[in-house]
Amino acid sequence: MKASGAAPEGAHGATPGAGGASSPVPAVRMTGVDKRFGAVQANRGAAISVASGEIHALVGENGAGKSTLMKVLSGMLVPDAGTIAVGGRDVTGWTTAQAIAAGVGMVHQHFMLIPTLTVAENVVLGREPASVGTFDRARALHDVDELSKQSGLIVPADRLVADLSVGEAQRVEILKTLYRGARILLLDEPTAVLSPPEVTELWGVLRRVRDAGTTIILITHKLDEVMAVTEQITVMRQGMTVARMATRETTPEGIAHAMVGREVDLAVRGARVRSEEEARDEGGEEGVRGEERGALSVQNLVVRGARVERAVNDVSFTVRAGEILGIAGVEGNGQTELLEAIAGLRRATSGEIVLGGKVVTNESVRARGDAGLSHIPEDRHQRGLVLEYSVADNLILGQQHRFSSRGAMDRHAVASNGATQIAAFDIRPTDPALAVRTLSGGNQQKVVIARELSRDFIALLAAQPTRGVDVGAIEFIHDALRKARDAGKAILLVSAELREVLSLSDRIAVMYGGRIVAMMPRAEASEEILGPYMTGARKSTAA
Amino acid sequence: MTLLLFLAQTIRIAVPYLFAAAGGALAERAGIVSLSLEGYMLGGAFGAAIGAYYGESAWIGVMAGVAVGFVLAGMHAVGTIRFKADQIVTGIAINLFAVGITRFLLQLAFDSSSNSPRVVGFGADNVGGALALASNPLVWVGVVVMPALAFVVYRTTFGLRVRAVGEHPDAAASVGVPVNRVRYAAVLGSGMLAALGGAYLALDQHQFTDSMTAGRGFIALAAVIFGRWDPARAGLACLLFAGAETLQIRLQAAQLVPSQFVAMIPYVLTIVAVAGVVGRSVPPSALGRTSE
Repeated sequence: MKASGAAPEGAHGATPGAGGASSPVPAVRMTGVDKRFGAVQANRGAAISVASGEIHALVGENGAGKSTLMKVLSGMLVPDAGTIAVGGRDVTGWTTAQAIAAGVGMVHQHFMLIPTLTVAENVVLGREPASVGTFDRARALHDVDELSKQSGLIVPADRLVADLSVGEAQRVEILKTLYRGARILLLDEPTAVLSPPEVTELWGVLRRVRDAGTTIILITHKLDEVMAVTEQITVMRQGMTVARMATRETTPEGIAHAMVGREVDLAVRGARVRSEEEARDEGGEEGVRGEERGALSVQNLVVRGARVERAVNDVSFTVRAGEILGIAGVEGNGQTELLEAIAGLRRATSGEIVLGGKVVTNESVRARGDAGLSHIPEDRHQRGLVLEYSVADNLILGQQHRFSSRGAMDRHAVASNGATQIAAFDIRPTDPALAVRTLSGGNQQKVVIARELSRDFIALLAAQPTRGVDVGAIEFIHDALRKARDAGKAILLVSAELREVLSLSDRIAVMYGGRIVAMMPRAEASEEILGPYMTGARKSTAA
Repeated sequence: MTLLLFLAQTIRIAVPYLFAAAGGALAERAGIVSLSLEGYMLGGAFGAAIGAYYGESAWIGVMAGVAVGFVLAGMHAVGTIRFKADQIVTGIAINLFAVGITRFLLQLAFDSSSNSPRVVGFGADNVGGALALASNPLVWVGVVVMPALAFVVYRTTFGLRVRAVGEHPDAAASVGVPVNRVRYAAVLGSGMLAALGGAYLALDQHQFTDSMTAGRGFIALAAVIFGRWDPARAGLACLLFAGAETLQIRLQAAQLVPSQFVAMIPYVLTIVAVAGVVGRSVPPSALGRTSE
């Protein structure tokens, strides 16, 4: 309908500040939304106004209240205060079913799909074609197939969702909303699990859907996405709407400033800005820093996964002391199994793991720790922390034997270690007796990082070290990892954030289908070069 | 003739398993653990005896038994769905409650701590074996209950929703499926089905005896797990277990194998199944999860 790039009517004259736009009836208008969860005020007076037929970015750091605001809009949460109007109609406090009926569809960050059902069944669930209670499978297949072709979201309708790739699963999510006649589409961090080509494809889909008359709100904290595909931006910070701008009239720096409320060194987040400095680093110091013998090496490692026999399929590499080896790749290509095998949490089917010259392939987790292995697990709630324990107790997890004598814990040593780490890693609040559960995501992650970096180690496994962490903490964690590298530690970094891999690593490997399909120095890598390897489109230069 | 007798006896033993396992499969596919099958069966048996005695009709017995199953399942459903109590604890509580209340009411109604007076049953009593079996309508219902459940689970809108709710309730809720209502329906249905099994037992033996279900609910649950939560497979598992039991009875006379070993068969098979020897046994992923 509208040429892309042209500002939609209603956005003209939009000024920074909440609730600026007004002229014709906006597709969505929320004002003064408050929402509290226990002690956390997720939204305070949040507001957003979205014109019909635009792609609107809702940006902010983790915990800024974006998802909460959208859940209020989609009827999943009832706001404590505030008004919601859709198409000019006051719908405050409506239910999910009412929101769906009114054409508001949400694509969640964590897929809301049932893996044991087929694509068609997932799409029609809740609105099944039926005659006298008997599910009309043929019609469901036919309808979903039609819709799939019509919208350009190609997915085989009769396949089980469990057998789909992440990109396909996401298409199913969008199909679900379209099947329900969504005219307002909310997407919560849709690119978190996608490879760069899949992201590009998603943008194409969104533009097509927008051109067909759908209004789209994109929740994200990635600024390149905002610049690439959106027309208007609403910025949230600490539960409040702090700015509103037109994408054409702003810059990534401008958005970042609004998100954080201060100047941010984007170099930490954007690799391109940093690359010169890094190139200098690599060229100059390679010989000095890199010891010849590897601190951590893996030979012909094969690891069994939950579903696949060879989740890690004959992988070999060496991480030298004073080096960060970054593993890029779309999640689910064996990275988790690889790290778990190295950490001792999963048995290696065959192959060898050598740590500081010692073969540890069959050693226990504790023995590996004693041999010099440190591990930042990818899921801090599942593996990294005991949420009900205090900060001080979490800071010694896995090293309790060093803080006890004859089976009794030395409370004083634990407390003083806690106080030291809290100060060194700027963990807030500073009370070591607080349960870790009460901390923000960023501070929880700092507890994990503090524990793992403060022990005596040769090699560090860092899995998704900044997942679900706010920008300030990301800077801090990246600096801590660089310092460890500079202190001669070997670091194996696995991250789903390609930019993180690019900004931290000295060498980059790409994992696809359980294999290392590419290995190159940082200087030779870029998003464009790594992308095809991540999707399996290219797989040659395995080193 | 021996084979026919063997089959007839197997089916006679299998019918209560089939009903209870159908109930178990239904509730568990919706994500609610069915430890309480035993309680539903016992309640159903008692209700059937009371109904048949006072109503002087086997059909009234069946209806009374089903009503008791409905009430017990309602308690389980309210506990686990409305109050989000632990499903296993609630299930055990229902079983204990069923044992206690039937014993108490047995005393109250018939002034006996062991059994009820003789009640009417189905069919002709004076014909033996296969013929008596064929004249019992509950047997015919029992034989088709699993195919019927398979149709419901895989071919109806309700079944699709049951499976969705048992796998990923949040996803189902996000598309407007009334998760709790589907679960209530599944649990209530499971209570009525299992109670039918109990009613069959009481009517077949023409009386209610204290704790007469003797672990059959657990064997039915074992059949559900052995059958990987699939109605058809669970039905076959019921027949297998019943066949083993028939064999036990036959062998007992010959004193070849200690009967305890044969009695172990269902449990051993289930352990083997759960241990993954006969293919992977994957329960509905939201099974037992009360949170939403």
